Amino acid sequence: MSPDNAAIAVEGLWKIFGPKSERVLASEDKHLDPAALREKTGCTAAVRDVGFEVRPGEVFVVMGLSGSGKSTLVRCLTRLIEPTAGRVTIGGEDVIGASPAKLRDLRRHHVSMVFQHFGLLPHRRVIDNVAYGLEVQGAAKAARHERAREILSLVGLDGHADSYPDQLSGGMQQRVGLARALAVDPQVMLFDEPFSALDPLIRRDMQAEVVRLHREVGKTMVFITHDLSEALKLGERIAIMRDGRIVQLGTPEELVGAPADDYVADFVRDVPRSHVLTLRWIARPPEERENLDGPELPANTLIKDAIGAVSTSSRPIRVMDGEELAGVFDRVDMLAFLSGQETPATAQVGA
Amino acid sequence: MSSTAVTPASRLRVPRWVVPAGIAALFALAYLAFRGTGTLPHNSEAAPFTAVTELREWIDDHRNDNPLFLYFLNYIRLFVDALYTSFHAVLVAMGWPGLIGVMGGLAWLAGGWRVALMAVAGFCSFGVFGLWQSSVETLALVSAAVLLSLAIGVPLGIWAGMSARVRKAVTPVLDVMQIMPTFAYLAPLALFFHIGAPAGVIATMIYSIPPAIRITALAIEQVSPTAVEASASLGATQAQTLFKVYLPLARSTMALAVNQTIMMALSMVVIANLISAPGLGSDIIRGLSRAQVGIMLPAGIAIVIMAVILDRMMVSVARRDPHSRIGRGNVAAAGVLAVAGLVAAAFVPRQWPEDLTVSVTRPINEAVLWAETSWYGVTTFVKDTVTIYLLNPLETVFTTAPWWLVAAAVLLVAWRVSGVRPALTALVCLLGIALLGTWEHSMRTLTTVAVAVVATLAIGVLLGIAAARSDRFSAVQRPLLDAAQTMPAFVYLLPALALFGTTRFTAIFASIIYAVPPVVRLVEDGIRHVPTSVIEAAASAGSTSAQILWKVQLPMARRAILLAANQGIVLTLAMVVVGGLVGAGALGYDVVLGFSQRPDFGMGFVAGVATVLLGVMLDRITQGADRRSLPHKRKFT
Repeated sequence: MSPDNAAIAVEGLWKIFGPKSERVLASEDKHLDPAALREKTGCTAAVRDVGFEVRPGEVFVVMGLSGSGKSTLVRCLTRLIEPTAGRVTIGGEDVIGASPAKLRDLRRHHVSMVFQHFGLLPHRRVIDNVAYGLEVQGAAKAARHERAREILSLVGLDGHADSYPDQLSGGMQQRVGLARALAVDPQVMLFDEPFSALDPLIRRDMQAEVVRLHREVGKTMVFITHDLSEALKLGERIAIMRDGRIVQLGTPEELVGAPADDYVADFVRDVPRSHVLTLRWIARPPEERENLDGPELPANTLIKDAIGAVSTSSRPIRVMDGEELAGVFDRVDMLAFLSGQETPATAQVGA
Repeated sequence: MSSTAVTPASRLRVPRWVVPAGIAALFALAYLAFRGTGTLPHNSEAAPFTAVTELREWIDDHRNDNPLFLYFLNYIRLFVDALYTSFHAVLVAMGWPGLIGVMGGLAWLAGGWRVALMAVAGFCSFGVFGLWQSSVETLALVSAAVLLSLAIGVPLGIWAGMSARVRKAVTPVLDVMQIMPTFAYLAPLALFFHIGAPAGVIATMIYSIPPAIRITALAIEQVSPTAVEASASLGATQAQTLFKVYLPLARSTMALAVNQTIMMALSMVVIANLISAPGLGSDIIRGLSRAQVGIMLPAGIAIVIMAVILDRMMVSVARRDPHSRIGRGNVAAAGVLAVAGLVAAAFVPRQWPEDLTVSVTRPINEAVLWAETSWYGVTTFVKDTVTIYLLNPLETVFTTAPWWLVAAAVLLVAWRVSGVRPALTALVCLLGIALLGTWEHSMRTLTTVAVAVVATLAIGVLLGIAAARSDRFSAVQRPLLDAAQTMPAFVYLLPALALFGTTRFTAIFASIIYAVPPVVRLVEDGIRHVPTSVIEAAASAGSTSAQILWKVQLPMARRAILLAANQGIVLTLAMVVVGGLVGAGALGYDVVLGFSQRPDFGMGFVAGVATVLLGVMLDRITQGADRRSLPHKRKFT
């Protein structure tokens, strides 16, 4: 994929906070680990040499613990935080070199953002909050209110247009935040830990909501989270950040199946692997004289969904990649895979 | 006993109190040995005094030919004068029914019929006391000063709120302005802007600008950063974010900034009469200088009423539910009230009718006389005891000690309490006082301040502890403290004057009742903010209520208590200086004298500067409250 048809392309992005950050960037100090760097220069490198590309319509998740630089990274994309160095292109437009007017235009029409603490304006009614982006573009009141009402019904907030944000629950407030970001009809939506401040049940609803919206409106989304299960649920591809660097970038399956280092492995250890990995991971070449008339399953079936089939079939299951045979597996393979799991949840499923 | 025994090493250690006590003894010895030498007696012809007097003569001669005055200062003066005159003209043109109606209408819009009723009744009382004219002058002066303060202070505050660099530059200036006693502003302004209404407006404006800047900056800073970021992320321009996010979200706090500015202006407007600003101040200053409570009480009450009305109005605006609009009924009622007043004004004379005034001067003077004679025994006893056994000996010590000994003591105390830098600043201030030729009078003022501060802190801390421990006591006390905080400073001189006549003790008494309320409030809040979990832990360990107080609450409220001490000292100094009007003598008296006697202008000016130096010095000595680390981090030598 070339940078031109990527929705977002980031290359060599650095953000160093602190005095004389330019000088630190020019020196070799930038490769010091965070504690040593702060000790020596008083600077903090929040984002270090990050590069990735996001495909149009993709949900791209950036995951990391607090302090890993993920929130700084997402703010650098539209220069809410000015990056120290690097290249960012959104929809083929250079962001770093953009003039203030150009940058404003980008923020007004192409990229919008949803915030962890909502950032709603308490003195405005819900409808005026949603219409805020259109208002700063200079849209007429009637037009922006009409659009805001459409979006409010899209996010399930019909009938709340005239409430004030503090009259709504946390989940509903974040729906307003979501609506505000959608109202300007951007190509790219950035989510900065949007559901971290919500109760677990509400959070699940909101995740489902994002999945639904993505299906319906098909925006490119960059989603920041510190919650691995959220990342696995939403992300088509996930970048794991640590100390400002991306340590691994891949599909959920790649992260769980082939962690790049101990840090990632540690991270994904408690994930029930049968819920993430597909049959590709346990399919093996058929042995000689093995029965090849067993049931067929597509290769992208999750392993947990094949447990039923394999336990009722006495013959090996054929894993099909389209029309081709990708491999086979039987009960023994399945049990061997499942017994490699230590989590009780999987153990119960396996039992 | 299973607890570990005290280690032998600690038995050898010197107890904590020995070192300070030794140093104190050393100072006492030095004082006895060098008493009477190195003193700096007062000389009203000192060089700095005459130099300033000559400077004033020169300025008065060249006011109309020096370019600085001709093209700059005189224009400011003309502009401010025009502003005041037009405010005054409008207020007078409305006539008394018109003004009462319009104020009532505004009050109705701000806070409903109750506030409107209060405003109407309050403004009528100005007329009834026979003070209509001076009240209108004061209102015009305050309006002009507040308008200028806000016009300068609010944009500056917004800038400071959005830029950390500006904030850093502005804060120290505001800190110093805040501890400057009111008197200190007057002389320089008289020098540059002559005397009269414009100088009064400018003095009032400068005095009242710090809260306008500070609270506005705070209001802007408190705006949720996410809301600002969200606005930026949607492509709002700086101006759009300012007007659509910052200002609406900061609105209610900014109303408090306006309120504070008005309150400060009202307390300065009286003092400004010393440089011939018109208004209620003239009655008050006249009453103070003649020790006639009857003349000043009605004017004092009028100022307080004005303060309370404006305070109520602004507080209602600040507290209004942000989502609700003013009802149509209220707008209509307010409009009717204002129009009715203006229409009525066309049919009645401009002046408040004579037969509607009540003269209260005589009865008040008689009542004061009665109080003085019947409580003579008690008040004189208190006054004389304090004067003979406390004030006089202390004053002797301060004025006969060699200057270097005092300087060394100040340096040492400030260093222990607040650290090296503040100690050096304090020392520089003290040396400045000596060089200016105001040493003896400053030492006298210091004596008065010291006695007042000790009393203020003793009373304030006790009341604060009582309020923190008893909800009922606190509930009774709170409204009193609230009321005390809206009252202009000099009002406190009234009861003091009525009880004690014109003596040093009067100023002490006034400064105690002036400074106690904030001290009480800080101490109470400090103790109440000690986390409940800590109190519960102490209680569950079986502590008595007294043990909890001494071992938990007071140590944990240490910062608040030290801050209270700092505030108490600064406020006391401000009041003691104003007390120069009622016999406190020393610096305050010099300042007043400087305005009334032309040849003494220099002395008054320099005395004003000395009060500032004294204020900065006392503040630096005690500012450790905010900045110094907690006791366990301190090293004891």
